Amino acid sequence: MSEKRQRLVEIRWHGRGGQGSVIASELLAEAAMDEGEYFQAFPDYGPERMGAPVRAYTRISTSPIRQHHQIIDPDAVAVLDMTLLGVVDVTEGLKDDGALIVNTSKSPAEIRQILKLDKARVYTVDASRIAMDTLGRNIPNTPMIGAIIKATGVVSREGVVRTIQERLGARLSKGMVEANVRAVERALAETQQG
Amino acid sequence: MKAKGWKELTTQGALIAEPGNSDTYETGSWRSRRPKFIPEKCSHCFICWVFCPEGSIRVEDEKMVGIDLRYCKGCGICATECPRDAIEMGEEFVAEKGA
Amino acid sequence: METRVKGKLLAFRGDEAVAEAMRQINPDVVAAYPITPQTETVQAFSQFVANGEVDTEFIAVESEHAAMSACIGAAAAGGRAQTATSGPGLALMWEMLWVASGMRLPIVMPVVNRTLSAPINILCDHSDSMGARDAGWLQLYAESMQEAYDNTIQAVRIAEHPRVMLPIMSCLDGFILGHSFEPIEILPDEAVREFVGTYKPGYSLLDVDHPVTYGPIDFHGHFFEHKRQQVDGMESAPEVVLQVGREFGELTGRYYGLTEGYELEDADFVIVALGSVTGTIKTVVDDLRQQGQRVGLLRIRCFRPFPAQEIAQALGNKKAVAVLDRSLSFGAQAHQVYLEVVTALYTHGYAPKVVNYVYGIGGRDTLPHEVEQVYRELAEVDKTGVIQPVVRYLTVRE
Ligand code: SF4
Ligand code: SF4
Repeated sequence: MSEKRQRLVEIRWHGRGGQGSVIASELLAEAAMDEGEYFQAFPDYGPERMGAPVRAYTRISTSPIRQHHQIIDPDAVAVLDMTLLGVVDVTEGLKDDGALIVNTSKSPAEIRQILKLDKARVYTVDASRIAMDTLGRNIPNTPMIGAIIKATGVVSREGVVRTIQERLGARLSKGMVEANVRAVERALAETQQG
Repeated sequence: MKAKGWKELTTQGALIAEPGNSDTYETGSWRSRRPKFIPEKCSHCFICWVFCPEGSIRVEDEKMVGIDLRYCKGCGICATECPRDAIEMGEEFVAEKGA
Repeated sequence: METRVKGKLLAFRGDEAVAEAMRQINPDVVAAYPITPQTETVQAFSQFVANGEVDTEFIAVESEHAAMSACIGAAAAGGRAQTATSGPGLALMWEMLWVASGMRLPIVMPVVNRTLSAPINILCDHSDSMGARDAGWLQLYAESMQEAYDNTIQAVRIAEHPRVMLPIMSCLDGFILGHSFEPIEILPDEAVREFVGTYKPGYSLLDVDHPVTYGPIDFHGHFFEHKRQQVDGMESAPEVVLQVGREFGELTGRYYGLTEGYELEDADFVIVALGSVTGTIKTVVDDLRQQGQRVGLLRIRCFRPFPAQEIAQALGNKKAVAVLDRSLSFGAQAHQVYLEVVTALYTHGYAPKVVNYVYGIGGRDTLPHEVEQVYRELAEVDKTGVIQPVVRYLTVRE
């Protein structure tokens, strides 16, 4: 009980402007509502620039979230675009036992080598490939949510599916909503740890 | 009239709730030159009525009949605009002030 | 309590939650010009208008000066008028802010706080609303999105109270709250409409049977008296803010006052602040309390009118106090909130040690360890008895 009361999970997203990092940070956050948990998602404030490295944040907690500041020591970091690995310090502040989740066709071992990383858990998933297969476009944000569930268990699969159906259902066709759900399921199955 | 204190003000924000109270504000006291109306020359075109900034041109039965000196401030616009020279500006008489 | 209504917990972006409150209030007129970071509020609201979800006449004006002018006209005509703005937009309204308050028009305006250029910056600090603090508007500052939503609703009742009749700014930190996506308890539409009621203006420009003059010339004769009367409206406001906050609490379970104390009573070291940073400070207070430190927070919700007595009494006997300012008053001895707090203490006969921290300028983040630093320095002030430097700049690089 006391452990549950204190649980706060902080996730940082790295993407490029236009890849849907902000939407993903919100979809993941809202999925926590199903468990009656509290959440907060917010972008790196400022003008939006297509292609520029951007960050977004998700907090999920069992108690109300009162703080409003950037996440500096995340429990998990999601990288939507592997080319960012050479541009920004994606592991900055990542907890020693945290999770790094990268959209890539490479293996976790290869990512560790690129980043010279010997702490944390590393997960890889080819979210762009999954997005191409299911959505027909390279929008890796929903498959990345599947990978985060696999890596952290921070929200339930059902919560994510419900949120995608509600949020995206308002804007997208039924077929596209189902394709997004399939993208999540596939990421859950294909994410590798190393 | 004794000026009101702030607690005696009956409306907020300087709102004036009695319509038409500009009646009591007699701009005739500003006048130092007096217009004189010459009825014989007047064609009743009402150009003076349009231009008078104080609404002081008196009209009866669709005829220009004279100037209301309670409000006429003596600006001379009517005399300048009248195409018939039917209004002339002249001396203001101290004895007749407010007439 | 049987009068309490149950709201629905929904996921919202902050700016859109403000628009949601405006939709539920259903004002007669909204005149607004989009500006970052308020844009989402106006965009969402204009969508409600387009969808026919409100009865509001939406006026897409050509500037913020025009927005406030249109609100003034609408309010003088007896309508419930609202707008929303940010930073430079508020600055462009400057002239008309004074007209709105001088004419005693209860306009409600969410201000999504943004700094003022130059250099160009669209992020949050309180330069905009603090700059307008003398304009005769009431000002509420929200800690959270929930409060920004709640304040927007309460603002209507406060502004329109016959003894107040003044415009009100419902301030929320731009981006930090406005772009944050959080669960917010949204009240049922009927509950909001019932709470705000129908506006019954004393006078209306459109009431042709009872014609009135708004905004006349007023020189040495009565201008001073009218301004003194306006001060009286401000002085009547605290009671109304408290009453409306209480009624809102009875309705929703969320009670609001002029200030909020957090672990305040037995605290030795207190931070005074307003805006979203107070949420972060609360988490730090919790952590430090667990370590046995007697630290607390005094959050100012209502900055205009300034609740001087309440604040003086709460702080009078503290060992050391830090007042946080998220705006600069160039050339002043210290910054806006500090000067108010110190004046309140002095005039109520208290003299605790008080220092001023400027933080978060131009969107600079304030992290928990930086708040801890403030508490550490307060302990130092108490130990040494030295308050110099009085003004300190938190997180600025030397
Ligand atoms: S402008 Fe001259 S002519 Fe015309 S109505 Fe006036 S006084 Fe008569
Ligand atoms: S001088 Fe003529 S225009 Fe001027 S106020 Fe008198 S009547 Fe009117």
